Amino acid sequence: MDKKSHKFISAFRLNKKTAPYYFMLPVLLIFAIFMVYPIINSLILSFNKFEFGEFHFVGFNNYKLLLHDPIFKAALINTFIYLIIQVPIMIFFALLLANTLNQNSLKCKTFFRISIFMPSITSLVAYSLVFMLLLNTEYGLVNYILKLFHIPAVDWLNKPTSARISIIIAVCWRWTGYNMIILLAGLKQIPANLYEACAIDGANRFQTFFKVTIPILKPIILFCTITSTIGTLQLFDESYILTQGGPDNATITISHYLYNSGFKYVKFGYASAISYVLVIIIAILSFIQFKVGDEK
Amino acid sequence: MKLKAKKHYPVKIISYIFLIIITFFSLFPFYLMFVSGTNSTSDILGIPPALWFGENLIDNFNNLNERMLILRVIFNSLFITITYTVLTLLLASLSGYALAKFEFKGKKLFFTIIIVTLMIPFQVLLVPLYNLMNAIGWQNSYQAVIVPLLANAFGVFLMRQNMLSFPDSLIEAARIDGCNEFSIFMKIVIPTMKPALGALAIYTFMSMWGNFMWPLIILNTKEMYTLPVALASLKGLMRIDYGMIMLAATIATIPIMIVFLIFQKQFISGIMGGAVKE
Repeated sequence: MDKKSHKFISAFRLNKKTAPYYFMLPVLLIFAIFMVYPIINSLILSFNKFEFGEFHFVGFNNYKLLLHDPIFKAALINTFIYLIIQVPIMIFFALLLANTLNQNSLKCKTFFRISIFMPSITSLVAYSLVFMLLLNTEYGLVNYILKLFHIPAVDWLNKPTSARISIIIAVCWRWTGYNMIILLAGLKQIPANLYEACAIDGANRFQTFFKVTIPILKPIILFCTITSTIGTLQLFDESYILTQGGPDNATITISHYLYNSGFKYVKFGYASAISYVLVIIIAILSFIQFKVGDEK
Repeated sequence: MKLKAKKHYPVKIISYIFLIIITFFSLFPFYLMFVSGTNSTSDILGIPPALWFGENLIDNFNNLNERMLILRVIFNSLFITITYTVLTLLLASLSGYALAKFEFKGKKLFFTIIIVTLMIPFQVLLVPLYNLMNAIGWQNSYQAVIVPLLANAFGVFLMRQNMLSFPDSLIEAARIDGCNEFSIFMKIVIPTMKPALGALAIYTFMSMWGNFMWPLIILNTKEMYTLPVALASLKGLMRIDYGMIMLAATIATIPIMIVFLIFQKQFISGIMGGAVKE
């Protein structure tokens, strides 16, 4: 008996065999309770309706309602407009900046790099408020400058198209530097002798860039595109602060609508259904991007 | 050679002009924010708008203090961010070490779960987490903001990637010397992981400092607000007091800017590490 219990205790002693379990334990507990459980729970809730403080099973009803929900449709369209316009513009500029900063002979590189990266460290709320001031229709600096050039003032945040443009500008401002840093890291890994070889072969800058740099950088560009896509699909703060999703839901994002459904109108089941649509969209887009990236 | 250098001259000039323009656009909103925090709203919205430091800093601060408990809010943000960062470093490095340097049953499964959760948007967790917090009585508390976000897949992944290159022979040598597993981790692994830990620390600090959606949902009294939530609440006024709001935005931005400027090297290498080692 004594021997047995001794054996039992020694099985739990910290040694080479048990150590990884002890090291993983806190993280596993937290992942199980605050990640895995909510992910599954959310899926279950998406088939339920929250009414009078209780959940009732309603099958696919939430998803069916989503199909015919004009605000959800608007949110979907807005998010895709941001995605299609903002991500390519941002990746293009990030690539251009990274390539420019990768020239060895350039001076003040650190200064440029830090300054251009700076927007991505600010709190989203703080920068959204600054953009609100900049884009103020009557008193904003942007319209003031436009007036100096005799260009009529733009009602930035209160007209559908210009409100969307405002959000795209704000998001580009914040994230271009971030992607630039990642791309720059990729550029630094390209061996210098490859460029020397190109120079010997007489390739010009454009040829080198498109024939050597871009193909080698492809996995990193893909990484940036995927993370930016996921980020854009989860856009919330800008729409919440800058435009409140308006005018007339012209700028509302999927995440913003999810927030409104769940925490403004307390439709927990409906909000969960929206979140799962988001998961599906992210999964599909990531899959497509990986496939496209794998070709060639 | 000389001819070549001359040939590249225009490219260089264009490069500098391009970089200067982009740098200006990157930094100007910060400048406007700082300057506006010291001006009155009527000056900010005047024609022409105030673009230099004014004399309204103290007035704006007093207004801000009236609207929200600014010192308490700063404390909340600092407390939540620092606690979260310390705990994340400990948990991520422990599990990263286990995943990189040990063979054990379930390792593949654990790692797969962590990788999969990297792809899951946080929004999926909102409703169940909110309900869970209410069920265990954590709503409107510090731990409600901190603990759920400790399930940080990025942190675990980053630490694992960095630990992979740690030499096994060193661990073996320590074992032969009779060092126990936890001391090996604390005394040998952790000190050599300082650069990676630094990178993760700044990344974690930044993401929690600016975090908005989750605190907005789970915190509901002024005493518990973090800076972004308090900032957003200022906007709901009838007439927006831009001087006050810009001062608040400045207060929210300065600490993170200082942290970033001090540790920018580690920070940037952390971001790049996450991407390039993929």
